[in-house]
Amino acid sequence: MTERDQELNLRQRLSGLSRLPLLRGVRVNGESERLERQLQRLQADTSDEAIWRSVELARHADRPYTMDYVERFIDDWVELHGDRGRADDGALVTGLGKLDGRTVALIGHQKGRDVKERLDRQFGMAYPEGYHKAMRVMEIAERFGFPVISLVDTPGAYPGVAAEQHGQGGAIARSQAEMARLTVPTVACIIGEGGSGGAVAIAVSDRVLMQENAIYSVITPEGCAAILWRDAGEAKKAAAAFKPDALHCLELGVIDGIVAEPEGGAQNDHDEAARLLRAALVESLEELEDTPGEELRRRRRAKFRGMGVFA
Amino acid sequence: MSEARIDVQVEHKHAPPPSEKKHPNTCPKCGSHYRDDELEAALWVCGHCGHHFPMRARARIDWYTDAGSFVEEAADVRSEDPLDFFDLRPYAERLSEAELNTGLSEAALIGQATIDGHPVELSVMDFTFMGGSMGSAVGEKFSRACDSAIERGVPLISVTSSGGARMQEGILSLMQLPKTVCAVEDLHDAHIPMITVMAHPTTAGVLASFASLGDVTIAEPGALIAFTGPRVVQQTTREKLPDDFGLAEQNLRFGHVDAIVPRPAQREHLSRLLRLFA
Repeated sequence: MTERDQELNLRQRLSGLSRLPLLRGVRVNGESERLERQLQRLQADTSDEAIWRSVELARHADRPYTMDYVERFIDDWVELHGDRGRADDGALVTGLGKLDGRTVALIGHQKGRDVKERLDRQFGMAYPEGYHKAMRVMEIAERFGFPVISLVDTPGAYPGVAAEQHGQGGAIARSQAEMARLTVPTVACIIGEGGSGGAVAIAVSDRVLMQENAIYSVITPEGCAAILWRDAGEAKKAAAAFKPDALHCLELGVIDGIVAEPEGGAQNDHDEAARLLRAALVESLEELEDTPGEELRRRRRAKFRGMGVFA
Repeated sequence: MSEARIDVQVEHKHAPPPSEKKHPNTCPKCGSHYRDDELEAALWVCGHCGHHFPMRARARIDWYTDAGSFVEEAADVRSEDPLDFFDLRPYAERLSEAELNTGLSEAALIGQATIDGHPVELSVMDFTFMGGSMGSAVGEKFSRACDSAIERGVPLISVTSSGGARMQEGILSLMQLPKTVCAVEDLHDAHIPMITVMAHPTTAGVLASFASLGDVTIAEPGALIAFTGPRVVQQTTREKLPDDFGLAEQNLRFGHVDAIVPRPAQREHLSRLLRLFA
């Protein structure tokens, strides 16, 4: 690509961005400057490097996880354990609590902070039991009219023998189907890694947000490199090719808005990251709450059915 | 070192090394060799051991439907290259090559037809087109098949054969999961039956979306039906895999499919289901 092409490309991207509705939320939080800076950074970068930086930040060991956010902005938190069939999956946390005064059902992947917890929670990779648990909590939300908040942070669904035998593919499909049926407001935010089917299983939501440095992708960069480049070491090239960063997801119409992070990334200031995420979630819920349930469901399905680019 | 040797043995049970690549008309299970016309007459099933060779989408439609009844729909829906994706070769080049080699415009064919006089809507995937992978065009075609079935009030028969989402379309290919799931939900709401036939292989993104949502699901013998295939499970977890890991037979045992139906019996099986749902 020549420099001129690159500039043209970028200008198109910026003009596209300025027309996007949910960026309003960023401004409300006084974060438009930060976004401007981010766009300038994009202008300066060849952007392959910026994409890889997102991949690294999304996986940063100190990045806040679901429970860090729950502690900071969910009141009266009650965790609900188990799928009532086989097990309790620690990779996926579910529960009820208050967000800004209203009861919400919350579903989120949880990676674990130290080695023992990481092993116990399978690094945030859920078994079918995790998705069955999520569906159970969605049913409670539907019955009592609680909005559903999903926090997505997983490398992908667990790739093991037992997971397959217990029906991993079917569980992910049915969890999405359950979300497509809900008549309560639903908001999802990718807070780290949005890895493939394991991520989208809980992200078929009215509003899908992404934190500034989160990634959302069909396969891990390493997995893509191993298949298409036949070398997992080419992960950087793969990431640059399939563009899992928030800006590109927004451009492609896959997400509805970007949630700002503290300077340098969410790992630097968990409290500030939580404040920004809470504001975005509350604002999204407020936008949805006056819409009748049937209409929410109709619009949600129409949104996802409109996704894709074809001739 | 000894561990590494064990890994290789486990692997060989499921995926013979590519160096042993046989002629496509040679049965990989028993070594019997067939002429093209013999295979075609036998519906691409080995007469000696019952192995199911891959079956092309058009041949399958011919086999299932009443002669001359199939009318293709959405034939003009094609993939674009929204990411300008380039791995070892450009995606656009891979698409043209697939089109030339297969005579298809995408990895799925949809349309209306009759089976023993019952009007149906069909969506049939073809593995030879980029591994049956699902990008925006496949997602759109399947969704339109759902809409067409609703509009005409006829059952949908969906045949799946796919390696999963098409990586060259990045996140948009992942979004075909919720897209097709929403299309099936519209179908369910309209009380239109969906019968799914899982052919080899039905894996990853396609299994994790519309393939798993049929009212009745049948599988072909020996088909791999798994979210994560045996090679990746073995590499990531180092677990010892059961002999029939991920195969249709294991899926039946664990309750993920309703029946395993050999190809020659499928037409009658579908016809019976259509009579029940009529």
